[in-house]
Amino acid sequence: MIGGAFDEPLSRRGGLTRGARLMRALHLDGPLLMALGAIAAFGLLILYSAAGGNLGPWLRQVLRLGLAILAMVALAQVPARVLRMVAPAAYAVGVVLLIAVAVLGDVGKGAQRWLDLGFVRFQPSEIMKLAVPMMCAWYLHDRALPPSLRETLVVLAIIAVPAILIAEQPDLGTALLVAGAGVFVLLLGGLAWRVVFTGIGLAAAAAPVAWLLMHDYQRRRVLTLLDPQIDPLGAGYHIIQSQIAIGSGGVFGKGWMNGSQAQLEFLPERSTDFIFAVIGEEFGLLGQLFLLALYMAAVGRALFLANQCRDTFGRLVAGSIALTFFVYIFVNTGMVTGLLPVVGVPLPLVSYGGTSMVTLLAGFGILMSLQAQRKLVRT
Amino acid sequence: MRRVKVKDLFREQRTFEVRAIVAALIVALMLGLVAARLVWLQVVRFDYYTDLSQGNRARIEPLPPDRGIIYDRKGRVLAENTPAYQLTVTLERVRDLDATLGKLVAIGLLEANDVDRVRQLLRSRRSFEAVPVRLRLTDEEISHYAVNRHRLPGVDLTTRVARYYPYGPSGVHALGYVGSISEDDLKRIDPEEYFGTAAIGKTGLERSYEEQLHGTGGFREVLVNAEGRRMEAVGDDTSELRLQRPVAGQNLELALDIELQRVAEQAMGQRRGAVIALDPWNGDVLVLASTPTFDPNKFARGISTVDYRTLTTDIDQPLYNRALRGTYPPGSTVKPLMALAGLEAGVIEPDDSRFCPGFFRLPNSSHRYRDWKREGHGTVNMREAIMTSCDVYFYGLAATLGIDRIHDSMSRIGFGKATGIDIQGERSGIIPSTEWKKSAFRQPEQQVWFPGETVIVGIGQGYWTATPLQLAHAMAVLATRGRHFRPRLVRAIVDPASGERRERPGEELPRVELKDPASWEVIVDAMVAVTTGARGTAVRAARGAAYTIAGKTGTAQVFTVGQDEEYDEETVAERLRDHALFVAFAPAEQPRIAIAVLVENGGHGSSAAAPIARAVFDAYLLEQTG
Repeated sequence: MIGGAFDEPLSRRGGLTRGARLMRALHLDGPLLMALGAIAAFGLLILYSAAGGNLGPWLRQVLRLGLAILAMVALAQVPARVLRMVAPAAYAVGVVLLIAVAVLGDVGKGAQRWLDLGFVRFQPSEIMKLAVPMMCAWYLHDRALPPSLRETLVVLAIIAVPAILIAEQPDLGTALLVAGAGVFVLLLGGLAWRVVFTGIGLAAAAAPVAWLLMHDYQRRRVLTLLDPQIDPLGAGYHIIQSQIAIGSGGVFGKGWMNGSQAQLEFLPERSTDFIFAVIGEEFGLLGQLFLLALYMAAVGRALFLANQCRDTFGRLVAGSIALTFFVYIFVNTGMVTGLLPVVGVPLPLVSYGGTSMVTLLAGFGILMSLQAQRKLVRT
Repeated sequence: MRRVKVKDLFREQRTFEVRAIVAALIVALMLGLVAARLVWLQVVRFDYYTDLSQGNRARIEPLPPDRGIIYDRKGRVLAENTPAYQLTVTLERVRDLDATLGKLVAIGLLEANDVDRVRQLLRSRRSFEAVPVRLRLTDEEISHYAVNRHRLPGVDLTTRVARYYPYGPSGVHALGYVGSISEDDLKRIDPEEYFGTAAIGKTGLERSYEEQLHGTGGFREVLVNAEGRRMEAVGDDTSELRLQRPVAGQNLELALDIELQRVAEQAMGQRRGAVIALDPWNGDVLVLASTPTFDPNKFARGISTVDYRTLTTDIDQPLYNRALRGTYPPGSTVKPLMALAGLEAGVIEPDDSRFCPGFFRLPNSSHRYRDWKREGHGTVNMREAIMTSCDVYFYGLAATLGIDRIHDSMSRIGFGKATGIDIQGERSGIIPSTEWKKSAFRQPEQQVWFPGETVIVGIGQGYWTATPLQLAHAMAVLATRGRHFRPRLVRAIVDPASGERRERPGEELPRVELKDPASWEVIVDAMVAVTTGARGTAVRAARGAAYTIAGKTGTAQVFTVGQDEEYDEETVAERLRDHALFVAFAPAEQPRIAIAVLVENGGHGSSAAAPIARAVFDAYLLEQTG
């Protein structure tokens, strides 16, 4: 057992190239980085087309990507125990900011999400995507797992406070992601299956209550998912146009820059939330399956790295980050293909927009920092 | 007892590993679900969504066909398609709409009370659309626009194709005109065929040959974005846009001679009436004039309400096609035909003479039917009776023949039924009979035919009515000694694409056969005497002609003025005067043209109508022989 850890450095010392040694020194994981890089590159390619061949938004996105990579590399250098130590502070600051937004935030697109700090507009809910799982893991990491009922309830409370604040903004998509990130910590921490299924049962029972609490536009999104023809030029328009774009792409697509749905502006939000439909239209089934495969590789590698982490905190946070990444992918592609209601979740690393990209790569930076301290033993 | 939990790192690690593997499986499963959805959309439903996206991006723009051109018999253009100018405003290029509209009013391109309507119209359309605010501009208005163009950003002149009639009012009752498609028109056409066509034939040839003239519409697909704004090509993907070129309508080649038509119209001058001239040997309609005329270009450009009201309320009824739709008592013009009927029936010989005391009386009746010549014509034979237009001779002949024999005989040469000319709206007139009277009246006492009613039919009065076209047609039958052709305006239809020319052969109807063909010459001889004899009624009009004219004058009594016409003492007096008629053909021996002239309230046929026929004859016969 101990030997396993003992000869690992030996074998590496001989086989590592200079580049790989640098990566190792920077706590970066090559395969994961390659998968993320490929996704981002593919994203830039399609964004150029989705933006109608305008270089402006494209360059801004490249800039954001660069910034996000910097954030990732920087966070990867932070020692895991420091991350663990700052978790409660980050969570507290996040909650305070969310309350601040609720009180004085800017209103954009009918929702109050932004905090204007004067020099930069800032979405505190983004912080919570990372702060919530870290806080949950912090709470659980020195307790015996699986969590007891009381501990589970505490964790749920930790999740609920920011999730409710965000849902009230209203930003159902982000609330979902934040809550998901926290719940993943519980699940990966070994929450008993019977509790899990009981929870799912309760959620199903609570659905009618949730329906009552939903905003009109949220209800409409659910209704139009069930039947987009209810309102083909209103709420159903997104769903109909996006499915036309994807369906008319066929197996091979219409070719880069040739998607009529996207280029003629039939497809709304084509460079942001609905960019997956542009991929479907221009690169077809093959292009979309290729991207899904890259995502699968990234999620799989991230889960593998999470499993390699030395301590519970690292495993739980890393695993949660990997699964949250997947939730982005599933919610977005599900929405664009008409499987899920329209929820404002971007396609990770591909959709135009800065905040989510920085948060995502910052998450991967944390994941890399955590995995840099491999476990001592293999089981 | 409370269970003490001990932290077991290895167990936690194992649990995590299991959970991570389960999570990975769920991830794979859900991505598989998305992939399955993609296969459904992109493979199974591919055709469906392709159709939808095609419909999304392509808008069909109609390509209206060019309407067929109409030529006269000598190849002169009578109706063609020329660009007309309309004023459009494109809202998104206008900086200040109110100021722009104000300027348009100031330079006279827009009515001040139209401004609100135009503003509303513009607001209701998409901002990038060029919305027509004035449909037709005169040359003067175009120049006003041109001078001020730089001050009017967003205001443009655009062209569209409009029907143009180079001869204006000439021949309008034959040609007809086109106008915008109405609700009524939509009932008789396939709206799909007219998708994009602005105008449709309303009357005359434009209407009756609508099918041939219109052609087949085409269309093209253009790329549009979600707002409907036209886009340039998307990438290189333009090949699938469909294009179907329109097929131009067919050209018509008329029998009509527009110069001859103008001669007739000028000869008519300001008077109301009709002139019809036929080529007796094939039914060619050389002249079809109804006066007053009007300018069809007004309709083709889109007539204003004011202009239209002026035309419809004009007491002279310029829109009314007198040549085809006017039914008049034929008067004395029928006397040669009556004589022919008498000869054919064997009730009279050419040399049989009758004494004309200036009136006629039926046996056992005291009612006197007066001759137009109060003192009477003395003893006249058939030739003299026709030449001098003796009424008494024909009163007697009619009484001898009886109304049913008159009816049968006149029916053979076309009275009482439409000639079947190739434009619509022709009336059939009435040639009465005992049978006819039974069906025409409801009261039994009115259904009885009285002998006195036969007497006045003998001079073309009473119930007998005919159109000028029927009179000309009857002349053509006399001219050819029985040949009988359906009048036709269109001689040939030419396909502009292939140049293929399809003749419409003259349609010959059953020949009018006489028991004794010599009778023809008796009648023609008498009609020549009308224009050449010492006491002929049309001698003055025929004097000096280089050919012989066989003719007959006529005067038809006007009984009443239409009740809905405005009362105006001077006008009414004028409108109570008799209609003047003249029918003829020439040259008498080898006729090449047959004519009927009607001048409403013209007075005497000899003085009012005959000179018009002479003018047409001169133009046609002398120009052709010389």
